Amino acid sequence: MGKITLNKVNKTFGSTEVIPGIDLEIEDGEFVVFVGPSGCGKSTLLRLIAGLEDVTSGTIVIDGTDVTDAAPARRGLAMVFQSYALYPHMTVRQNIAFPLKMAKAEKSVIDAKVNEAARVLNLTDYMERRPGQLSGGQRQRVAIGRAIVREPEAFLFDEPLSNLDAALRGTMRLEISELHNQLGTTMIYVTHDQIEAMTMADKIVVLNRGNIEQVGTPLELYRTPRNLFVAGFIGSPRMNFLTGEEARRRDAATVGIRPEHIDLSTTEGAWKGRVTVSEHLGSDTMLHAEVDGLGTITVRADGEVGAHHGDTVWLTPQTDKIHRFDDKGLAL
Amino acid sequence: MARSISTSRATVTGVVAWTVGFLVFFPILWIVILSFKAEGDAIGTPWHILTSPWITEAYVTVQERSDYFKHFMNSVVISVGSTLLGLLIAIPAAWAMAFAPGKRTKDVLMWMLSTKMMPAAGVLVPIYLIFRDFGLLDTRTGLVAVIMLVNLPIIVWMLYTYFREIPGEILEAARMDGASLREEIVYILTPMAIPGIASTLLLNIILAWNEAFWTLRLTAAKAAPLTAFIASYSSPEGLFYAKLSAASTMAIAPILVMGWFSQKQLVRGLTFGAVK
Repeated sequence: MGKITLNKVNKTFGSTEVIPGIDLEIEDGEFVVFVGPSGCGKSTLLRLIAGLEDVTSGTIVIDGTDVTDAAPARRGLAMVFQSYALYPHMTVRQNIAFPLKMAKAEKSVIDAKVNEAARVLNLTDYMERRPGQLSGGQRQRVAIGRAIVREPEAFLFDEPLSNLDAALRGTMRLEISELHNQLGTTMIYVTHDQIEAMTMADKIVVLNRGNIEQVGTPLELYRTPRNLFVAGFIGSPRMNFLTGEEARRRDAATVGIRPEHIDLSTTEGAWKGRVTVSEHLGSDTMLHAEVDGLGTITVRADGEVGAHHGDTVWLTPQTDKIHRFDDKGLAL
Repeated sequence: MARSISTSRATVTGVVAWTVGFLVFFPILWIVILSFKAEGDAIGTPWHILTSPWITEAYVTVQERSDYFKHFMNSVVISVGSTLLGLLIAIPAAWAMAFAPGKRTKDVLMWMLSTKMMPAAGVLVPIYLIFRDFGLLDTRTGLVAVIMLVNLPIIVWMLYTYFREIPGEILEAARMDGASLREEIVYILTPMAIPGIASTLLLNIILAWNEAFWTLRLTAAKAAPLTAFIASYSSPEGLFYAKLSAASTMAIAPILVMGWFSQKQLVRGLTFGAVK
């Protein structure tokens, strides 16, 4: 079981309030992603749950037990660090076995569990190597192996993929998702990459300046962002925001329209624009067009669209996909 | 063209390096040369010294007059003992300062170092009286303690510097993995800091081996290490250069050999963290 509850958790460093007070429920078996820009407190929140930082006030409850003052090892959690944090002087086998050794497990039990973890993670051929002799992806798998053997109540991941190259990141993303399906254990995953958040999460927690902006499934956040911050943060490329006349016409302070919800035409439409940059991604083309009175609008068009710098294009927003926000930035 | 510049540059660097090396090594070389001369020849001009006959009389005399082996064993016990004891105290201290620093950690470090700025002669009398009252005069135990304390600030500083190179996340990982504080230090921190600990160990053995102020003043005969053995040839009958040089050569030989064989480790330790 791995149900984690945060009650008014507050963290203050000196006179700086990093996390003003957070309430959050994480259900057993859920894959929860904390996402937000750097400095939003997501890593601090994870470290508070892990016990690597002390909470200033509030309580953390895991499976009904108050662990607010418990040592990290007593919380039944395992953590995978951004830098992998492998023990460089130990072999892969010793690295993975370390938590079991600390738990004073029987030698035969250790061997069985370590070999099983190695099999699951495709590390069997590398067991006698040291971390320095492994690639980034392999190191990451060793770090995960070390977490698995403890059979924790929950896994904590602190930006585990940010040191990997793009292709490997994609593969590891899948592997971690598969692992979650296999083990069914609660996972809390911190990232600043909204693609990781969207693809892996059951539930996303969007954080900004230590506050929770919104909690929901990836599609809820995409379809019904609660405020301007979430609307701008979730979705790539970013949502276009329009103020002024265009917003007033729709009874809002700001309106937002995602690049993929704008229809493109070369002959007619609501807004006339001039292409400034066109990015051809193969499957899609990202057009950045300068529209009089509205500024730069980003449009996600079909990959075959061959617009060039200086071309005139007509843009039409899909009216049912327009998001409206009031003057406080909250969704209407 | 570029190649010839780099070759001539290498030549110049080589010449400079050998010159500096020779200058640094020269006093030791001169001591060794003097030790193979007759007393009469040893006070001559440099040219006379180099051309006079080479004999081993000084060594024979020194061997007859004092027990080299006893002093050697005292030196080993005092230098190794004080260094090991120092490490035992300094590793946890440096751990605390490097990984759990408080507001005043920097001040504590400076304060520790400031004790090295105090002239040793200033505390000679109180220490002497303490040694007398506790019956520690002319004992190896007393010397191990005092030399450990003299070098402790340096040991702590060196280890602190090495420990700071170790990423804190690795220690946090150990904590998550269920390691207690002792296990964290024994299984993770110490093995990772081995190069740093080794160079600290070597450097401090050398410092303790050559420590003369306290060893000369707190020992008489029983616990006297090699520094006292050398000093016994400088007075009171006047200076006997050949015998003094023979004693010095015998005193520095062991540490020189140790330094020679561990120089790789020493250099690696002293430049630890400079290159990842």
